[in-house]
Amino acid sequence: MIDRFSDWVSHRHEYAKEWKKRVGGKVIGYFCTYTPEEILYAADLLPVRIFGAHEAETSIVEPYIYGMYCPFCRDCLAQGLKGKYDYLDGIVIAQSCLHMRQAFWAWQKYIPHEFDHYLFMPHGIQNVGRYEFLHAELTRFKGALESWLGKSITGADLNRGIEICNENRHLMRQIWEFRKLDTPPITGLEAMDITMSSQITDKREHNKAMTQLLKELPERRLDRETGTRLMIIGSENDDREFTKMVEQEMNLPATFVIEEHCIGSRYFWNNVAHEKDRLMAISKRYIDRPPCPNKDWPMRTRFSHILGLIEEYKVEAVILMQQKFCDPHELDKVPLERFFNERNIPNYFLEFDVTQPTGQFRTRVEAFLETMLELV
Amino acid sequence: MTQQKYRLEPLKTWTKAKELRREYYRNFLEAKEKGGIRYAGGTVAFHAVVAGLGRDVYNLTGEPYGATCAFMEPFGIAAQEACDKAGIPRDLCAYMRNYWGSILLDKFILTDGKVISGWPKPDFFFTIHMCCSHAKWYQFAGELEGSVPLYAVDLMLIDPRDDKERFQCSIDYATQQVSEGIEWMKKVTGREWSFDLFCEAAENEIASRSLWSKICAYNQAVPAPLEEKSMFSFYVFNTICPHWKTSVDFYRELKDEIEDRLDRGIGAIYPEKFRFVNDCQPPWAFLKIFRFLEEEFGALSVGSLYSLGFGSWRLGEDGALLPAKTFAEQGIDLRAMKREDAVRTYLEQVIKGFNGGPVFQTSRIKVELMKQLYKQWKAQAMIIHLNRGCEGLSLGQMQDKLELTKEDIPVFTYEGNMGDPRDFDLPRIKDKLETFMENVGATRISQGVT
Repeated sequence: MIDRFSDWVSHRHEYAKEWKKRVGGKVIGYFCTYTPEEILYAADLLPVRIFGAHEAETSIVEPYIYGMYCPFCRDCLAQGLKGKYDYLDGIVIAQSCLHMRQAFWAWQKYIPHEFDHYLFMPHGIQNVGRYEFLHAELTRFKGALESWLGKSITGADLNRGIEICNENRHLMRQIWEFRKLDTPPITGLEAMDITMSSQITDKREHNKAMTQLLKELPERRLDRETGTRLMIIGSENDDREFTKMVEQEMNLPATFVIEEHCIGSRYFWNNVAHEKDRLMAISKRYIDRPPCPNKDWPMRTRFSHILGLIEEYKVEAVILMQQKFCDPHELDKVPLERFFNERNIPNYFLEFDVTQPTGQFRTRVEAFLETMLELV
Repeated sequence: MTQQKYRLEPLKTWTKAKELRREYYRNFLEAKEKGGIRYAGGTVAFHAVVAGLGRDVYNLTGEPYGATCAFMEPFGIAAQEACDKAGIPRDLCAYMRNYWGSILLDKFILTDGKVISGWPKPDFFFTIHMCCSHAKWYQFAGELEGSVPLYAVDLMLIDPRDDKERFQCSIDYATQQVSEGIEWMKKVTGREWSFDLFCEAAENEIASRSLWSKICAYNQAVPAPLEEKSMFSFYVFNTICPHWKTSVDFYRELKDEIEDRLDRGIGAIYPEKFRFVNDCQPPWAFLKIFRFLEEEFGALSVGSLYSLGFGSWRLGEDGALLPAKTFAEQGIDLRAMKREDAVRTYLEQVIKGFNGGPVFQTSRIKVELMKQLYKQWKAQAMIIHLNRGCEGLSLGQMQDKLELTKEDIPVFTYEGNMGDPRDFDLPRIKDKLETFMENVGATRISQGVT
């Protein structure tokens, strides 16, 4: 069962193309998890998150993106320029960091598509007027989709979109409960495949697969030692090779039992609550979700959320991973390290690029576990 | 020997500009001795709003302070290295790193290069947030300094040319936040907020911005009365204290002087053989590249969206960039309005006239403005500083280059850093510049003035 998720991740483009053929619908690519997928499902679209491919060769983006922009945004755009996403009918971004905005701009200008939309997602998620501003933006977004598709998106449609997404989040939270166990029946890599595939498949199919998995998990036993319970925190982490290396190729056993990044838990942690004004309900969900660091001000709400996860998932050590040049996460790096150090939570920083020096990272992570946890 | 066709003359307002800037930093430093209030925040931080707290409220804007550090190279390097030592990533905003680095060093630098021991801790932060760094800058600064309260206005830079209704929504959102910010400031300072002082400061700010735009617009003349290296020393008042009457008075005096220079045909450099438009903040420790182009090729920068951006602009029917009008010129009387309406009118005026907005929000409008600047200011090339120190203003730069090149505009890019003097390869950039200038047919002064 679990292989289904990794298969979806590995064959994401084939899946989307096949979906189009099967359903006859349109596919829309999105750049940041602040994009309200509920509205896209309400419009009978298939939302797929645009990911990179971790290919060493991304020079195709050089004419469009300055070299000091993060490898993730460059890798995403590279896939578009290479034609890997030629099945997309539209693209959308919910305002996030400047780097993803740059990738969106270049895609908007240089890669053919029918529809594009820039959604002004507030950064001031603790400020007055935030819910109302986003509500107006969601209304505008819904209107733009209606004009493009030539049909109206009704309240019932929105309810359907909300239900699909909420169920998906609810099921993932149930699966994540199993990661709290002393011997989790699911690895960090498998968990990553589940969340990643949720972002690129029809959630209705994904929900069925997760429901099936939930039936199997209580009996599932992994033929491996859990070892050190790790948490990974940082920017977008779709790096399966690194996760696999830590969990399967090190001399010291370790398992990622939880993560705090936007491909993992940050993506699905909270639901849309019931409210008569459905767009307001969606607005509140996205404003109140665990924040990206660039929206976490003036008060730091993110750190206490992280601490809560550490306690709940019995985390023993933290790996702070960061996409090179990712300003939002760089801005939190030193304060977060201080936060951990003040609480004697072992932590280790790694800077990620499109491809990783796996051997070097292996040595470094092993050394971290040895020294911080006094294993030898 | 070639006959000189127009005269050069030192700018009379130059010394005054230096004195005023020195006074600004001194005021911040000595605010507590005078029983006043210190606050810090970004350059575009709606200073007129804070001015309502009293005439003894002095601010420090982070970006110009970071630029001063970089210009004073050894101090800039020390601040950058203090950040490195603290584990702060090197590619973050270089102004912010100079600011944080100064706190870590517990030192403050004045514009004459004098280093003061002891970082002057502000009483609060009031800023805007429009790139990834602004609010986070002061969040961490407050932690380093020890519990300095922060209020940051989330600024949506929606261009009214793109969508008027959406623009109004963004102004409503900003107005709500600023109104709440006023109450917040009253609470954290224990002071009353004066509507009259706000109106006075808002009128000053809009007048300062309008005057600076008028001064920049004069640079369309041939020969240009100003070169951008000097403009950097003048625009600064709109980055630190646009809301002060001294800024309005200074810009009025500078405008008169430039008009006089235009009347008498006095240029900024001689010979003026080549005009270009610049993009982005300059590498402050290496302004000598501007002098190099002047001295070798008689080439001057007539402006940039960056320098012009600290003015206030409107578009004419033909797309021409025109200085925006002051409140008085528009017949707007803030004092006759209710507080919220006056705040809204002020914010709308600042945001609408701010050319920096499109740089962050839409690539298309930035390119249009760059083309307009190139054409209207009679430039022959664009020089783009790919600024490793500012992800915000380097947003879209490669696309800009592509689009400008499609219009047969010669574009030169070089990599540097506005705030970190270690990120600049002067000999290589000079070599590249020489090659570019030769390719666009610019002749060296040593080859004769024609």
